Amino acid sequence: MAKITYVHPDGTSSVVDVEPGNSIMRGAKLAGVEGILAQCGGGATCGTCHIYVDKDNTRPLPAMHDLEDGLLCVTASPRQDNSRLSCQIPVTEELDGLVVHLPEKQL
Amino acid sequence: MTDGPDSAVVIVGAGQAGCQAAVSLRERGHRGTITLIGDEGVLPYQRPPLTKAYLQGDIGFGDLVFRPETYYAEHDITLVLDDAAVSVDRAARCVVLRSGRAVGYENLVLATGSRPRPIPGAHTIRTIADADSARPEGRVVAIGAGFIGLEYAAVASEAGCDVTVIEAQPRALSRVLSSETAEHVVQVHRRRGVKFLFNATVSEVRPGEVVLADGTVLPADLVVAGIGVVPNAELAAEAGLTVDDGIVVDPWLRTSDPAIFAVGDCARFHHGARQIRLECVQNAVDQASAVAAVITGSAEPYAQVPWFWSDQYAMKVQIAGVTDGHDNVVVTGDPTTGAFSVFCFAGDKLLGVESVNKPVDHVLARRLIAANCPIRPEMVAVPGFDLRTAA
Repeated sequence: MAKITYVHPDGTSSVVDVEPGNSIMRGAKLAGVEGILAQCGGGATCGTCHIYVDKDNTRPLPAMHDLEDGLLCVTASPRQDNSRLSCQIPVTEELDGLVVHLPEKQL
Repeated sequence: MTDGPDSAVVIVGAGQAGCQAAVSLRERGHRGTITLIGDEGVLPYQRPPLTKAYLQGDIGFGDLVFRPETYYAEHDITLVLDDAAVSVDRAARCVVLRSGRAVGYENLVLATGSRPRPIPGAHTIRTIADADSARPEGRVVAIGAGFIGLEYAAVASEAGCDVTVIEAQPRALSRVLSSETAEHVVQVHRRRGVKFLFNATVSEVRPGEVVLADGTVLPADLVVAGIGVVPNAELAAEAGLTVDDGIVVDPWLRTSDPAIFAVGDCARFHHGARQIRLECVQNAVDQASAVAAVITGSAEPYAQVPWFWSDQYAMKVQIAGVTDGHDNVVVTGDPTTGAFSVFCFAGDKLLGVESVNKPVDHVLARRLIAANCPIRPEMVAVPGFDLRTAA
C-alpha cells in the first residue's frame, strides 16, 4: 500500500491507502474522494483528472507523453509546472507519502 | 411532490447510471434512504472495457468496479444485488422484487439500461458474464459494424484471430459516425487483416458457421453480434408510464409520474427540438447527476452536450455532440497521419465534431458546443484553423 494525500481546494485533505497498480486517479475514485472526475475512465482523453503534484515532491514520477501534455493545455483549471493527469501516474510503493493538490474545477 | 433531501429513494438498475445516481445523491447531501437494486450478482462496474481492455486481458474485474463494497455501507447506500424489480405499484409507491420483497419509495429512479438485440446462436456483450464467455478464438465473425462489433474485432485481431465483420448497411458505423471517419476506421481494421462484408445479412448462425442471406457460408469458431440495443422499458410500460422506444421523461428527467424518474440508456429525453435516447457513459453519468440534483431540490433542466468514445487498437475515436443528420463536413488535420477531426454541420450549424487521436480537439469542441459558439464551415476550412483560438 502507498499512502497518497489528496488536498482539496478548501485546504482539507483525504488520505488514502492506494494499492500499487492503481493510478492516482483510480485511488481517489475507489475511495470516493471528490474532485477528480476522470470522465473517460483513465485513457488520457478527457483532461478531467487534473492534479497538481506537491511542489516539494522528490519521488520519481513517469515521464509525460504527448497526449497528456496536450490535454494539460486545455484543462478547466490553469496548468502549472506541477500539473499532471492523475490517470497517467501508476501508484508504486515508491510513491508512499505523495501529496497531490486538487484543482478548483475539472470541467 | 415528495422530493427533497429526506426522501426515500429507490434506484432500479445498478449500472453506470444507477450507481452514479446513488453516489451523486450522497455527494449532494441527500439524507433519506437510498436503495440501489442490481440484477447481477457482483458489485456495480464499468461496462465500456468489456469490449476493450478487459476483453484483451489487460485488466481484471477488480479494475472495473466503481466502488469497493465498503463504500456503500459507509455512505448508507443499501445495495441489493442479484435481484430485480418485477413490478412497480405506483399507488402504494413500492417496487416488488423478484425475490418477493417489496421496497417502498418516495422517489423512484429507473436506470434499467438496455439489452443487446439478440441473434440466436451468437454471443452478445453487455455484462461481465457475457465477456467472459466470448473470449476471441480462432475464426471470429462479428455481426454489425458498429462500435461494439468493431471494438470486438480489434481485440480479436490483436489476439491473432481471423476476423470477418458482417454489416447489413453499405458502410460501417452509419448510425454514429460520418462516412469520412468511418472509412478511416475501416481502413485501420483492413490494414490489420480484418475482412468486411457490407450489404450482407445473416440468415442463420449454426454451430461452427454463419450463413448469409445470399447463401454464403462463413466458418466461425466464435460469433458475436453487435446490432444495437433495446431499452429496458417494460417495467415502466407495465406500470402505466409513457413509453416510446424508451421511458419518456421531461427536461427534469421525470416520467409521466412525477415521483418517478428515468436516466441513462432507458430514457427518452428532450434534446433541443427533438426527443432522443442515447446509449453512452456520458449520458448515464450526467443524467444520474442531474436527477440527484433535482431530487435534492435543483430546478435546472437537463442540458449537457453528449459525447462518446471508442478505443480500437491504438486509435481513440471521440465524438462531441450528436452528428446524425449532418449534410456537410470539414476535415482538419491529416487523416493519413491517423490524427484528425471531422466537423459535422447541418447547413451552417455545427452539430458535432468527431476526433481521431485528437483528444484536445474533442475537449475544446465540447466546450464550444456547450457555449453554442457560432462556428461556421468556412471558418474551420481556413488552413491553420485552431480550435483554441475559437474557444
